[in-house]
Amino acid sequence: MSDVDFTLNGETRSVSVGTTQSLLSLLRDELELPGSKNACEQGECGSCTVLMDGAAVCACLVLAADADGSDITTVEGMASGDVLHAVQDALVAGGGVQCGFCTPGFVVAAAHLFESEPSPDRDQIREALSGNICRCTGYGAILRSLEDLAQR
Amino acid sequence: MTVTGTRTRGGIGESVVRPDGVPKVTGNFAYASDLTAEGMLWGATLRSPFARARLVRLDTSAALAIPGVHAVLTQEDVPGRPTFGQIVADQPVLVDGEARFWGEPAAIVAADDPDTARRAVAAIDIEWEELDPLVDMEEALELGEVFRHAPVRRGDPDSSGPVVVEGFYEIGMQDQAPLGTEAGLAVPDGEGGVDLWVTSQWTHEDHDQIWRSLDVKPGQVRQHPSGIGGAFGAREDMSLHIHVCMLALRTGRPVKMVYNRAESFPGHVHRHPARMWFRHEARADGTLTRVQARILLDGGAYTDTTPAVVANAVYFAVGPYRVDNVHVDGYGLRTNNPPAGAMRGFGVVQACFAHESQMDRLAAELAMDPLELRKRNALATGDPLATTGQIIETPLPTTDVIDRVAAMPLPAPDESEDPRRLPGGTGLTTSRSDVVRGVGYAVSIKNIAFSEAFDDYAEARVVLTAAGAEVHTAAVEVGQGMVTVLAQIARTALGVDRVAIVPADTGAIGSAGSTSASRQTQMTGGAVLEAARAVRELALQRGDGDDLTSEGVWRSGELVMTLDELCESGPLSHHTRFRHPPTEEPDENGQGTLHADFAVAAHRAVVDVDPELGLVRVVQVDTAQDIGLALNPQSVRGQIEGGIMQGVGLAVMEELVLDRGVIRNASFTDYLLPTFLDAPDVEIELIEEPSPWGPFGAKGIGEPPTISSTPAVVAAIRNATGRELNRVPVRPQDITGT
Repeated sequence: MSDVDFTLNGETRSVSVGTTQSLLSLLRDELELPGSKNACEQGECGSCTVLMDGAAVCACLVLAADADGSDITTVEGMASGDVLHAVQDALVAGGGVQCGFCTPGFVVAAAHLFESEPSPDRDQIREALSGNICRCTGYGAILRSLEDLAQR
Repeated sequence: MTVTGTRTRGGIGESVVRPDGVPKVTGNFAYASDLTAEGMLWGATLRSPFARARLVRLDTSAALAIPGVHAVLTQEDVPGRPTFGQIVADQPVLVDGEARFWGEPAAIVAADDPDTARRAVAAIDIEWEELDPLVDMEEALELGEVFRHAPVRRGDPDSSGPVVVEGFYEIGMQDQAPLGTEAGLAVPDGEGGVDLWVTSQWTHEDHDQIWRSLDVKPGQVRQHPSGIGGAFGAREDMSLHIHVCMLALRTGRPVKMVYNRAESFPGHVHRHPARMWFRHEARADGTLTRVQARILLDGGAYTDTTPAVVANAVYFAVGPYRVDNVHVDGYGLRTNNPPAGAMRGFGVVQACFAHESQMDRLAAELAMDPLELRKRNALATGDPLATTGQIIETPLPTTDVIDRVAAMPLPAPDESEDPRRLPGGTGLTTSRSDVVRGVGYAVSIKNIAFSEAFDDYAEARVVLTAAGAEVHTAAVEVGQGMVTVLAQIARTALGVDRVAIVPADTGAIGSAGSTSASRQTQMTGGAVLEAARAVRELALQRGDGDDLTSEGVWRSGELVMTLDELCESGPLSHHTRFRHPPTEEPDENGQGTLHADFAVAAHRAVVDVDPELGLVRVVQVDTAQDIGLALNPQSVRGQIEGGIMQGVGLAVMEELVLDRGVIRNASFTDYLLPTFLDAPDVEIELIEEPSPWGPFGAKGIGEPPTISSTPAVVAAIRNATGRELNRVPVRPQDITGT
C-alpha cells in the first residue's frame, strides 16, 4: 500500500492505494466515482478517459500510486453544478448518446480537444477521438454534435 | 380517434432528446456494473482452458480455506434444474463432467473483494483431460450433431434456367462487443428469494430459467431492468445470471459479478459463422427461375437461439426477390466452437452476403446492370415470399429503396494525401496514386418480431395521474432509444405532454418480450399505443368531454375538467397485452405464414482500396430504408448509422480468430473494432409507407442497416479490385492474393 495525495474534481484527496491498483479501480471501486467505465482494461477503447494534469489518459493504464501529486478530472467533474459542460450539452442535443457506456470517455476526450482547439474541423475531431470506441452510434451523431459545437 | 400530435409537445415525429441523455453524459447513469449494496461480496468464475475436456478432479477446499472467501460452488451445488437455455435447456449451469467450449464456467466463487475472489479461483484444485474438439461444421453434419435442419421446397424441383451461377461463401465469427461487459448484482431478500439486476435483453425469459435452477418459486426471483452498455443480441441468452443468484442465496449476502473483457468474449453467444453454397438460375432476360442453397451455421456447444437463427437464414436465403422454384437446406450444427446465438440481423446477415454476392455474379454473367437485375426480380406487396410462399401484405418498397439509393449523389473522388483519408490511415502506408475506388450495392429483406407461431406479445400499463402519465413496462432499453419512442407514442395517443417511463421488474408486470428482432418499437410501442388510447377514452368518459390535453378534459373547445379534478377519484389506468398478427409453424416444406412483418433496405458502399497492400477504407455508405414511419428522426438516423458501422466491421475487420475452438484474439487489442477514423460518411433516405400494425405505421429499424451494408462493402471492394472475395471479413491477403 502507498499513500497518495491528489486533487480530484477540484477537491484534495488523500487515500491509501494498492501497489498494483489502477487509477480506474481506485476511482470506481473505492472513491465511488463509477462514471469512468471499465470496458477493456487495455487502453484500447477510451471508456475510462480522465484528465490527468491536463492530459487525456486511460485510467485503466495509470497506476493509482502514480496519481500522487496530480490533478485529476473525471466525467463527474465536467459539469459546473447543474450546468453541463458544452460538450455534454452538445452530445445530448445531437443524439450522440445511445447506450452511453462510451460516453464518459468521449465527454472527457472531446472536452480536452476543445480546450486546445475551440473550433476543430471534421478530421481533427475524428482523429482526436479515434482512441474512443463507440459501438452504438457509428460515430455520426457524435461527429455532428461536436461539429455543431465547433461552429458556435 | 383523433390524433392530437400537432398540439402535443414531444409526440411522434419529433427528435425528442433521450430522457437518459443527461445522466449518461455526466457519468451518473447506473449500469449493472456500477451497482453496489451494503455488505456486498464479489463473484468470480473458473473457466475451462480447453474447447473440450473431461473434468477429472475438482477440489474446492483450498480455495474455501482462504480468508475472505465465502463460497465456492460447482455444478453439484445447483439447487434446482441443472441446465438452462432459452429454447432447449441443454447447457449445464456449471461444467457437468465435460467442458464443451473454451471458457465454459466450471466453478464460481464469492469473496470479500475482487482480488480475493480471483485468488480463490486460482486456488481451486482442478484437473482436466483434454479431448479432441469437434470444430468443423461438415464433420458435425456427418456425425448428426444438428440442432435444426430447416428445409424449403417450393415449386418445381426440376425447373432450370439457361444461365447458372454458383458460389461458396463463408462468414467468420463476429462479436457484438457491447462496451458494457456482462454484469449483475443479486441481493437476497432474506426469505429465500432474490432480486437481480443484470445485463439482459429480456428479463422475463431469463427469470423463467433462473427460478427453475435455483429451486425457488417463480415470484421469489425478481429480475429488474438494469442499465446496460449495449447488447446487439449478446444479452438475449443468459451469462452469469444463475451464478450470481446462487452465490447470493448460498452466502445470504449481496453478490456482484462483472466479467472482464477477456471473459466476455467467451462469455456470450456470437454471430454464427457460416459456410454456404448457392446456385442461381435465370432466363437470359434476368428473370430468376430457381434458387438452391445449402447453409451451414456453427451453433457451438449448446442450443441457445440457433434453431431460430437457422430459420431466418433459410427463409431469407433468396432475399427480396421473386422466384417460383426454391430448394434450400439450412443446418445449425453442434460443435465445440464458442457459443453462437443472436446478433443483430440474426441469420439474415449470413444469407444476405451470399444472395447478394450471387446477384452480382449473375448480373456479370448476364452482362446486365446489377441493379436492373434486382429490380427485374424485386419482391413487392402481394407477391409470395420466394421461400415460404407467404403473401406479403405489408408495404414492401423493394424497387423504391433501390431507385432511391441509386439516385443519391456519389462522393467526389478524393485527391487528398491526408493519411486520415487514406486506406491504412495514419500508418502512412500508402499514397493516393496507389488507391482505387470501388462502388457496390446490396439489398435485403428482414422479418420484424418473432416468427413461426411463437406467442409473441408485449405488456404495458399506462397510468394517468394529476402529475402526468406513467408507462409501466418490462421492456429493456439497451441504448437504442426505446424509452424515448415509447414516451412519444404515449404523448401523442393521450394528448398529455408529461409522460414518464417506469421500468418494471418481472413481478410488477408481464413480459414485454425481447429487445431484439427489431421488435420493441412495434410490439411494446403497440402495447403503449393501445393502453394510452384506452386511458384517453376513460378520461373522456369520466370528464364527459371530447378532447384530452395536458390541462385536462375539454368539451366543445372549453376546458371542463382539469387533470387534478380528473384524477381526484383516483388515477386512470389501463393494462394491455399486445400481440402481432398470428404466424404459423412451417410445414414439412418450410411453407406457411411464418412472419409477422417485413422491412427492406438497400445500401451503396464506396471504398478506396490499395490493391497491392490489401488495405481498404470505406469512404461512404448510403442507404434507403423502409421504416414505416419515423417516430423520432434523430433516433432513426442513430440506429441506421450504428447498424451500418457493425456491417462495415463484419465486411473488413471483425472476426474472432479460432484455433481448435480457442479464441486467439479475446481482447480489444486484437479483436478489431471500427474507430472514428474507420467510420464512413452515411447519407440516408427514409421510405415511409405504414406497416399494417406498427404504432402509427412504424416498422422496426434496428437490424436492416447491419444486413445489406456488409455485402455492399464487399461488392465495392470487388468492383475496385476484380477479386472474387467470397468470405467476410475481407482480409488484406484476400485482396492481394498472397
